[in-house]
Amino acid sequence: MNGVEDYRRVAPPGVIDIIMTLSERVRGRRLLHLSGGRFGGGPAEILQTLVPIMSDLGIDAVWEITGGDPAFYATSTTLEAALRGPERVLTDEALDHFVEMNRVNAKKLSLEADLVLVHDVQPATLVSQRPAGGRWVWRCHFDCSRPQRRAWSFLRPFVNQYDAAIFSLPAFARRLGVPKYIIHPSIDPLSEKNRDLSPREIATILGTLGIAQDKPFLLQVGAFNGADDPLGVVNAYRLVKKHYDVRLVLAGTAGVDPESPSVLDELRDAAHRDPDIFVRELPPDAHLQINALQRAATIVLQKSVRAAFGLGAAEAMWKGKPVIGGFVGGLAHQIVYDVTGYTVHSVEGAAFRLRHLLNNRELIARMGAAGREHVRRSFLITRHLVDYMALLIHLAS
Amino acid sequence: MSRRAKHPFVFTGCVELRQALDHRATDERELLERLEEVPAGSVFYHTHGYFLRHRPITTAYGNDFAAWVAAHLRDQVLAERLAVVNPFEFATLEDLREELASVIHDHLMRLSSVPRVELGEVFFFQQSHIVEVALGPGAETLAEFRAGLAAVDASAIYMHMVEARARLGRRAGDFAEWIRLSLEMPELADKIERIDTYMTNLEKVRARVLTLVDSALEGSAA
Repeated sequence: MNGVEDYRRVAPPGVIDIIMTLSERVRGRRLLHLSGGRFGGGPAEILQTLVPIMSDLGIDAVWEITGGDPAFYATSTTLEAALRGPERVLTDEALDHFVEMNRVNAKKLSLEADLVLVHDVQPATLVSQRPAGGRWVWRCHFDCSRPQRRAWSFLRPFVNQYDAAIFSLPAFARRLGVPKYIIHPSIDPLSEKNRDLSPREIATILGTLGIAQDKPFLLQVGAFNGADDPLGVVNAYRLVKKHYDVRLVLAGTAGVDPESPSVLDELRDAAHRDPDIFVRELPPDAHLQINALQRAATIVLQKSVRAAFGLGAAEAMWKGKPVIGGFVGGLAHQIVYDVTGYTVHSVEGAAFRLRHLLNNRELIARMGAAGREHVRRSFLITRHLVDYMALLIHLAS
Repeated sequence: MSRRAKHPFVFTGCVELRQALDHRATDERELLERLEEVPAGSVFYHTHGYFLRHRPITTAYGNDFAAWVAAHLRDQVLAERLAVVNPFEFATLEDLREELASVIHDHLMRLSSVPRVELGEVFFFQQSHIVEVALGPGAETLAEFRAGLAAVDASAIYMHMVEARARLGRRAGDFAEWIRLSLEMPELADKIERIDTYMTNLEKVRARVLTLVDSALEGSAA
């Protein structure tokens, strides 16, 4: 468990002093995070780090989760999927039950706080049970700019009961009757996924993954589905391979996406035909393996064609790697074009930029260094902490 | 130099809380229309506020409007014309808004078709709320001021040199004002006031103020 002082050696100069000063103004205040679970994707990872640091600073930071029966979880999953855009079936009965289960949750939880941050969909309707006093803010971690109409019609009246909402990007937000603040997500530089690794640790981990370090390798970490376009990455690699003796490593999780099995089959077939293509299916908690792969890679790709904010680019840049990413979601906000990497619109664009970097090796180191500094200033958990404390102060004023 | 100030200088950093507005532009005509209707705070955010967010590693355009037109509409002519508008030359944000709108309007008059976003990103108007953060003990002498300035977070340079002048009405900037009134060093104050904070970054502004202060300290020691 890291305290705020542990971040002084990695955060930008002066930031820890700002955190300490801000914390004096919010010390003793109760900040309640409400989410649907303690494990899983990015938001949970961020809270696992943020809440202990806030406590370390003297903030009465609490993290509670909502629960319910299988129908409640199923509706939550369907509702969030529909808010992301795809058509889903949502019945009145299911939505009524969802609201009712959160009424039960409200009775079980202590909702008194100076600031209540409600994360994503599962606990969102708790706001209708908010007690008097305190500020309530809905923190939406995904892109809900093009939701299924019925899903948004259901959720919007609840969101408008909050004092404000937070989105990761302006492009992810919908028109609302409450102020919309913009706070980017962040990475924890001291976590297993991002902490420094010794060359020996990296070599050992790559050895267990069966990947030799005798030639440069290109890496994409991401889901094996159409959104992250690993097949497009293979095609880009093939255009590069004609000129450069490199490897391609595709690491990720298959997940529950229905198209994943066919994508994985095609990738395995490609790997079968080319000994320099490696496909590694990793468990969701393979943080150390991903860390080692990113540190050993020559260039990192994140050639998504659909993406939320996605912090894969920031993680790779923190390890000093140039990143070639798709021009979607948060990637364009993480990658500074021609400075820390490139955003591209096509397989050919990715191949062109890969060749450009491989043919100008000095750029790889220069962009990698610029990327690390960019992440240090903009995407570390310390910046996130500052944003939340500023929000607490601003809403209380 | 041991002259003591009448009042200590307290460095104040800041945190910018960004707020998205319900205004967006997908082409240059919409940029003009929205620019004319957004709150003045949004004009400030996309012009003066650019310096707080701008990092030395990125290409400078001077304001978000010029950067968007260049990067997402690929209209270099309008980008150049917007980039050269120095927000510090305008007495009020309404004057600045009028100048920016006039530049876009004039440009549109010369075009046969309006450039719009194809592969790039829509322009989202935003505004910000600044949370001030007092940093460290106050400086009472020029030497203490120099030591504090060298170490303080860059957001303090923004607060005292940009925010103070443009939004808080302290036209000379806080550094020059304190040195003139509390240390009674008008020559040094004039030099600091004349520093051009446009088309540069906060670290370079810090370096220029430090250079001027060092010269004054050396001069007084000689």
